[in-house]
Amino acid sequence: MSNLLEVKNLNVSYGGIKAVKEISFQVPKGQVVTLIGANGAGKSSTLRSIVGLVKPESGSIQFKDTELAGLSADQIVAKGITLVPEGRRVFSDLTVLENLKIGAYMRKDSLDDDLNWVHDLFPRLKERTWQLAGTLSGGEQQMLAIGRALMSKPELIMMDEPSLGLAPIVVQGVFDIIKEINKQGVTILLVEQNANMALKAADLGYVMETGQITLQGSGKELAENEEVKAAYLGKAKK
Amino acid sequence: MSSKKKMAWNAGLIVALLVLLFVLEQMMPPGSMFLTVLKKGAIYALVAVSMNLLNGFTGLFSLGQAGFMLLGAYTYAILTIPVESRESVYQYFDGGIVQFTVPVPVALIAGGILAGFFAYLIGLPVLRLKSDYLAIATLGFAEIIRAVFQWDKLGPLTNGSNLLRSFPSFKSVLYPFVVSGICITLIVLLINSTYGRAFKAIRDDEIAAEAMGINLAHHKRLAFVISSFFAGVSGGLLAMYQTTIQASMFKSAMTYEILLIVVIGGIGSVTGSCISSFLFIACSEWWLRFLDNENLYLGGFHVPFLRPGFRKVVFAVVIMAVVLFYRQGIMGTKEFSVEGIANFFKRRFSGKKAVKGGGSHE
Repeated sequence: MSNLLEVKNLNVSYGGIKAVKEISFQVPKGQVVTLIGANGAGKSSTLRSIVGLVKPESGSIQFKDTELAGLSADQIVAKGITLVPEGRRVFSDLTVLENLKIGAYMRKDSLDDDLNWVHDLFPRLKERTWQLAGTLSGGEQQMLAIGRALMSKPELIMMDEPSLGLAPIVVQGVFDIIKEINKQGVTILLVEQNANMALKAADLGYVMETGQITLQGSGKELAENEEVKAAYLGKAKK
Repeated sequence: MSSKKKMAWNAGLIVALLVLLFVLEQMMPPGSMFLTVLKKGAIYALVAVSMNLLNGFTGLFSLGQAGFMLLGAYTYAILTIPVESRESVYQYFDGGIVQFTVPVPVALIAGGILAGFFAYLIGLPVLRLKSDYLAIATLGFAEIIRAVFQWDKLGPLTNGSNLLRSFPSFKSVLYPFVVSGICITLIVLLINSTYGRAFKAIRDDEIAAEAMGINLAHHKRLAFVISSFFAGVSGGLLAMYQTTIQASMFKSAMTYEILLIVVIGGIGSVTGSCISSFLFIACSEWWLRFLDNENLYLGGFHVPFLRPGFRKVVFAVVIMAVVLFYRQGIMGTKEFSVEGIANFFKRRFSGKKAVKGGGSHE
């Protein structure tokens, strides 16, 4: 299977503090891949460096046949990668529709089909077209953040903690949507603290600890791994 | 309301306003305070909207407005003083080095372009700064420009710290209205375009905007240059209104006045800036004038405290009151529109809640 994204020996640091150390991993086309790990393990930094918000210190990020390391965020987004940032970060003083249109900022073609697509995925967003994004509920904001990212017609969508701060039933909804988007052909790289849900949804998983990848395997394998169970799934070792 | 109908309404309103202004002007004695306020108000409305584009819509807190106005005003004056008058205007500098004139509209636009060009240069380093730091840097720039223009060595060009005068000015109140109106329309079109949406996204959340592929540096520079262009044009208009200019007019206090107009009108509301500009100028120049009169009697009672300059004290209190009671400014981030008013009355009289009044989307 071909890899859509291939990260090799990636290092990210913030003013001398190393957040990501020499990590390598692959995201095969069409799959859901998850990076799990505790707070401060370097998951978000990894995503931020892939999309160009942080410049990687060294290493290579191959997307299809292009090297992304060193490109700016707008160049990277134009290549078909998009990030749903942690904490949703919708544009709160803009309407839902404006938020969606900004998601498609890099595109010059007609947006009608994609608006319909996003509205089909999230009927709630259609109802709230004219509402200011800041007045939506947390779950709705997360839907909007995902919808906004989809508007750029990405091949790879990266989500940073989409379940953060949401009620369990809403979290389930978010994961259903993730599966649905994946079914429609979008590759997904998911960063989660909710390891249980993430591993259930993922084809492939990586475990990150203090800036390094310590374990990898299919979602199912990892979910049954004793160390993962003990550390992230809240199940004691037998 | 369909967009065509809306446009027809707006066009009709504009024509009606211009006709009304024309009629008023014919009826009023020339030099009446009312016309003065209208003229100056229109000019300040333009610079306030240009500042709002930056502060309210792009979230860049810049205080360089007076500097860019100075650039516009000087460019306009230097390019339009008739050649035969230059000998007397530049009396200490042998008539100056510029010995040609260009038509008034060209000079106004040239002023804007020069201001925009300076903004581009300044923007390269200072737009990396955020909030207060950006404000301090731009304020510093404005002060430097003012000092440089008063420098004797530049006298043949700027006339040093002496007055520039005898350049063409306008008589009719329609002139600043038409020029400001065109410029503000252009700004509104920009705000409603994809670029405007990107500006607002940057204002709301820089990181998310960047993640959406919006090039922050490029868009911030664009907003800065465009805002400064229009500040430059309004500087040219101000020169026309004042009939004489001097670098020392363009103090930072001028920027604060404009900032006040923007804040009182509502940060992020174009119509708010326009309305508050007229209110501000009327208050500071006209309505409170009577407070400067030391011998004011109300039915035989001598009102105490009044003396020249007292209106400024009262004016400050008025501003504090406005800011206290209208945290968001007069308009907040809403826009004044025919549709909004119609909705407001509909809500009032039908007793039902309309979806959202007072504002027009897009």
